[in-house]
Amino acid sequence: MINYEAILLTIITASTPLLLAAIGELVVERSGVLNLGLEGMMVMGAVAGFAMAQVTGSAWLGVLMAMFAGVAMSLLFAFLTQTLVTNQVATGLSITLLGLGLSGLIGSGFVGMPGVKLESVSIPVLSDLPYVSTLVFGQDPLVYISIILVIGVSYMLKRTRMGLIIRAVGQNHNSAHALGYSVIKVRYACIAFGGMTSGLAGAYLSLVYTPQWIENMTAGRGWIALALVVFSTWLPGRLAAGAYLFGGVWILGLYAQGMGVPIPSQLLSSLPYVATIIALILISTNRRLSVINTPASLGQGFVPDR
Amino acid sequence: MQLILEKRPQASRLMYFSSPLLAIALTVIVGGLMFAAMGQPPLRALYLYFIDPITNLWSIEEVLVKATPLILIGVGLAVTFRANVWNIGAEGQLTAGALMGSIIPILFTSWQSPLALFCMLVMGMIGGALLAAIPALLKVRFGVNEILTSLMLVYIVHLLLDWLVRGPWKDPFGYNFPKSIGFDDWHLLPTFGDGRVHLGLVIAIIIALILYWVMTRTIKGFEVRVIGAAPRAGAFAGFSQAKMVWFCFLLSGGLAGLAGIIEVAGTIGQLQPNISPSYGFTAIIVAFLGRLNPIGVIFAGLLLAVSYIGGEGVQIELGMSDKTTQVFQGMLLFFILMCDTLIHYRLRLLKAMEISND
Repeated sequence: MINYEAILLTIITASTPLLLAAIGELVVERSGVLNLGLEGMMVMGAVAGFAMAQVTGSAWLGVLMAMFAGVAMSLLFAFLTQTLVTNQVATGLSITLLGLGLSGLIGSGFVGMPGVKLESVSIPVLSDLPYVSTLVFGQDPLVYISIILVIGVSYMLKRTRMGLIIRAVGQNHNSAHALGYSVIKVRYACIAFGGMTSGLAGAYLSLVYTPQWIENMTAGRGWIALALVVFSTWLPGRLAAGAYLFGGVWILGLYAQGMGVPIPSQLLSSLPYVATIIALILISTNRRLSVINTPASLGQGFVPDR
Repeated sequence: MQLILEKRPQASRLMYFSSPLLAIALTVIVGGLMFAAMGQPPLRALYLYFIDPITNLWSIEEVLVKATPLILIGVGLAVTFRANVWNIGAEGQLTAGALMGSIIPILFTSWQSPLALFCMLVMGMIGGALLAAIPALLKVRFGVNEILTSLMLVYIVHLLLDWLVRGPWKDPFGYNFPKSIGFDDWHLLPTFGDGRVHLGLVIAIIIALILYWVMTRTIKGFEVRVIGAAPRAGAFAGFSQAKMVWFCFLLSGGLAGLAGIIEVAGTIGQLQPNISPSYGFTAIIVAFLGRLNPIGVIFAGLLLAVSYIGGEGVQIELGMSDKTTQVFQGMLLFFILMCDTLIHYRLRLLKAMEISND
């Protein structure tokens, strides 16, 4: 018999890093900035989190350090693209290349070490209920944080003044500037938020998903998260649905391998990447969905007139 | 205090040429600080990195071998980025070219003629161009973001290579190692003398020169520059954006594929799971460092090749991780983008008083 609960649990574990990285990038893109450095910020978060947890023995300090590393990388990106108005695509790529190299360098001393795992929460009584027990009440804390972030971002963008300002800056930075909002400051803040959640996503990989350090352990998840943001048409609810769908595809491949399905393992491993391309095609062919929420200033630099 | 940009009345010629040098200087300084922070002798490490590789014949040859794929891919990307088209999946197109070109030496071993080698190169180009055609088609037909699709294909085609060399194309007498049969002499690129430098270097430089001519002396080059700098002006001039996407992807993909088969038939001599130390990604840096100009790319390719060999030297002599090379390369792209701002802008520090007067 197949243990459905176990499968659902692993799907959530596989989806959470995607969701964490993507929800930050969603806010960044809503403010009109395209940060392709996700993969680099994420892998820096993974190595920083692992190293900190290894040295101090505390997984929580690791999580904090990962967030710090993600923010630090994102501020490099912000300085170049916002203060120096460099090309956002190329700058994002440089952050990714730099992050992959730097993380390898920092992590070279940690390869093969057993890691520190972030413990799952355990709520008395609730965690012992049948069926829903571990699925709903026994996850690791970052899963709950990711869900809170999705709800929070959704509320913030739709219902608060701050959300309105972010969207205005992303739609038309000249108008937002004319209204007296500091386009560059808003974007700095959004980029830093994106760096923080990417760092969290990295910490999830090295402290929860596989509690050890493996070089390039993000394996393209940063890029898939970027695709998810497009797929979600910049809406947090859809983003969460998409992330769990992708986690499902990821796990499907693993389970099929485990059950001895006579398909080459490489074909199964390529499923998430193939699925990403298909998802992008599906969403892009639907003009109505894809155009309506696209931030109009996405990827354009802003220089205030003086 | 606040840092602000002031637009220059016209782009600075001086900064255009000195920005890469400034970026290299910054990379060396920060790199030296990094070595010092890691408890290594900074000057010795920098010497090993950038000078030692060009002090003896053996390592100069290695530099030229490594520069070959970087130049080939870099010139294609230089044209592509110039047109504001973003192919970042050259690493995958390189692999696709290597696979397609290797069909002849692996499956048609008995076809031994000079023509076979030529066909391998052509098929390598076709392989790379075919893979690059996917993001081009999706971009033109459905408006799918080409950055993400070209990158996803890198992972997919790597897994395909992995499957082939562990499965159908594995050498039956290879002691179960994940490798194809070694290519025979008819299917290897000729080398110069007894060294490692092969015909690929000549091909790369000829192609760079041709592309320089195309970019500066032909209508096509003009079209690339106009569409890249001002897409609306390009549209009014009757240049098709869609055709430009096709042109750029087929060109850069084909050249990356050619680099792939040249690497396999010139340097490695067989297929194996790893055929490239990220040449396809490093070539992005090469393109930017070379000012998106094919001649500049030749020099940039040589410099980045030096960093690969220097990285190996540092690894051997100082026992440092080979990841330092990747860090250097990432820093270099970062600094070059930073310095390029100075081409169009002046930097000015505003004092607190001036800000309040604004």
